[in-house]
Amino acid sequence: MRNIWAVCKKEIKSYFTSPIAYVAITVFLVLVGFFFHSLIWWFNTQSMQMARNPYYLQQMNINQMVFSPLFHNISIILLLMIPLLTMRLLSEEKKINTDELLYTSPISINQIILGKYFASLFVLLVMLLLTGILSIFTFVHGNPEVQPILIGYLGLFLMGAAFMAVGIFFSSLTENQIVSAVLTFGALLLFWVLNWAGYSAGGIWKDVLNYVSFFQHFDDMTKGILDTTDVVYYLSFIFLGLFLTHSVIQSRRWR
Amino acid sequence: MIEVEHLTKKYGDLLAVQNLSFKVEKGHIWGLLGPNAAGKTTTMRILTGYLPATDGKASVAGYDVFEQPNHVKKIMGYLPENVPLYPEMTVQSFLTFVSEIKQIPSSERKEAVERAIEISSLGKVRRRLIKNISRGFKQRVGIAQALIHNPQVLILDEPTIGLDPAQIIEIRQLIKSLRGERTIILSTHILAEVTQTCDGVVIINEGKLMASGSLEDIAASLQDKDGVFIRLRDGDKDKVEHFQNIPGVERVTLKDDGYDIEWTRGKDKRDDLTRYIVERNWGLLEMRPLAMNIEDLYLKVISGGGQQ
Repeated sequence: MRNIWAVCKKEIKSYFTSPIAYVAITVFLVLVGFFFHSLIWWFNTQSMQMARNPYYLQQMNINQMVFSPLFHNISIILLLMIPLLTMRLLSEEKKINTDELLYTSPISINQIILGKYFASLFVLLVMLLLTGILSIFTFVHGNPEVQPILIGYLGLFLMGAAFMAVGIFFSSLTENQIVSAVLTFGALLLFWVLNWAGYSAGGIWKDVLNYVSFFQHFDDMTKGILDTTDVVYYLSFIFLGLFLTHSVIQSRRWR
Repeated sequence: MIEVEHLTKKYGDLLAVQNLSFKVEKGHIWGLLGPNAAGKTTTMRILTGYLPATDGKASVAGYDVFEQPNHVKKIMGYLPENVPLYPEMTVQSFLTFVSEIKQIPSSERKEAVERAIEISSLGKVRRRLIKNISRGFKQRVGIAQALIHNPQVLILDEPTIGLDPAQIIEIRQLIKSLRGERTIILSTHILAEVTQTCDGVVIINEGKLMASGSLEDIAASLQDKDGVFIRLRDGDKDKVEHFQNIPGVERVTLKDDGYDIEWTRGKDKRDDLTRYIVERNWGLLEMRPLAMNIEDLYLKVISGGGQQ
C-alpha cells in the first residue's frame, strides 16, 4: 500500500506541477458550464411556457430535463479529455527510461499500475467535484431530487474510471503519447457506439452489443436508476483494463 | 557476492548473452568490458531484475535474482546508461520519491536523502528542477539515486559517459571511495578507467565471455614472455647488442628513452641484467616490469586471444 501511495503521490504532483491538470480541468469546467447554462436556460423557457398549464408544469422535472442531459454531455467531454490525461502515464516512463528505475526497485508492477491509476482517478474526482458547484446552484434556486444526481455522478465516476483503465492500457502499449491518446479515443468511441450496431443486430447479438456498450449502462444511471449490473460492468471493465496493462508490461519484459 | 552461471539471453533469434559465467568477490570493483552490442547492458539489466534471462543462474549476496528479485532489488543500486530522471521534479523531491520506492523507512528517509545529496555533492542544485541542471549534475543525481538506500551492491552502466574530464575524475574518485564497503560492477568504454578503479574485469564480446580475472592475471595468460623496461644514464644504440649477448635474453627493443628486454617466462633475468649494468657502470636509472597495456590486452582478448 505504501508503494502504491508513493507512486500515486508522485503522479498527482506531476499532474499538478505541469499545466496538464489545470488546462484539462479549466477546459472541462468551461464546457460543462456552457452546457449547464444552455440546459438551465432551456428549462427556464419551458417552465415559462408551461406556467399557463398547471398539469404540464407538474410534469416538468429538473432532474430529467437538466441533469440527465447534462450527465450525457459530461460523459462526451470525458470521452474527449480522458485520453489526454492518461496518454503519458506509462508511455512517458518508457520514453525517458524511468521505467528502469521503477522496475529495478523493490516495487511490483501491480503497485506501479495502481499508483498511476489512482492518481488519474484523483484528477477525475477533482473535475467532477468542481462541477458540484453547479448542482449547489440548482439546490439554491430550485428543488431537484438528490438521489438521482448522486447516482448520475456515480455513473460518471465509474464510466470515467473505466475510460482511465482503457487509457492506461493503451499507454502501456507505446512510448508515443499521441499514439496512446488516439488509440484510447478510438477504443472509447467504439465502445460508446456499439449499441448503435445493436439496433440493427438481432437475437443474442443485440443483447451482447448493448451489454458491451458504455452508453447503455450509463443511460440508466443518468436517470437515477442504480442497477448492480451496471456497477459490475464498469468494475469488470476497470479490472480488465488494469489486468491487460499488467500483462503488456510483463510480456514486454519477457520478450 | 555476485555469481553468474551459464547466463543466456535471447531476443527472438538474437543471442545477446551466451553461457556467461563469472564471480565478483565482496567489496571488489569489477569492470565489464566489451565493444558496443557485446551484451554488457543486457547482463546488467538481468542482474538488476529488469530483464529475465532465457537460461542460467544469477545470484547476489546469496539471493537468486530470478526467484527472490525483491530481496536483490533491496540490496542493489543501479545506474542505467540513460540516467532515469523525471525532468519536472526537483533533485530533492526526486531523491525523496526514490527513497520511498526503495522502501527506506519513513523515519530514515530524510537522513538518507541528505546523505545521498552529500555523497554526490548535489547541495548546490537540490532545489532546482532536474531538466535545468547540467549533464554532470544529472549523472550525479543518477549515482545518488543508486546509493540512496545504502546498497551492498552497485551496478553502474557507463557511469562517466558524457562527462567533462574534471567530472570524470570526481565520479571515479567517488566510485573508488566506495571500494570495500560495496561490491561494484561498472561497464565502461574508457579502458583507463578500468586500470584506475577496478580490481578485476569481465571482458565479453558478442555475448560470450572472452576473459575474466585481474588485469595482471589476464595479461599473464596472454604473454609467454616476461621482461623489463630499463633506462640508463648512458644509453645508446650499441648497448642493444650487449644485452642480446646475455644468456637467456630473447629480445631487446630500443625505445626512445630505454630498452625493453624480454626472456622466456619463468627464467628471470633481472638479477643478471642488474649485475651486467652495474659492472659496466652504465648508470641504472629505472627498471620496471614490462606490463601489457590495457589497450593491447583488450584488443588481444576481444580478437579471441584470451579465452579463459
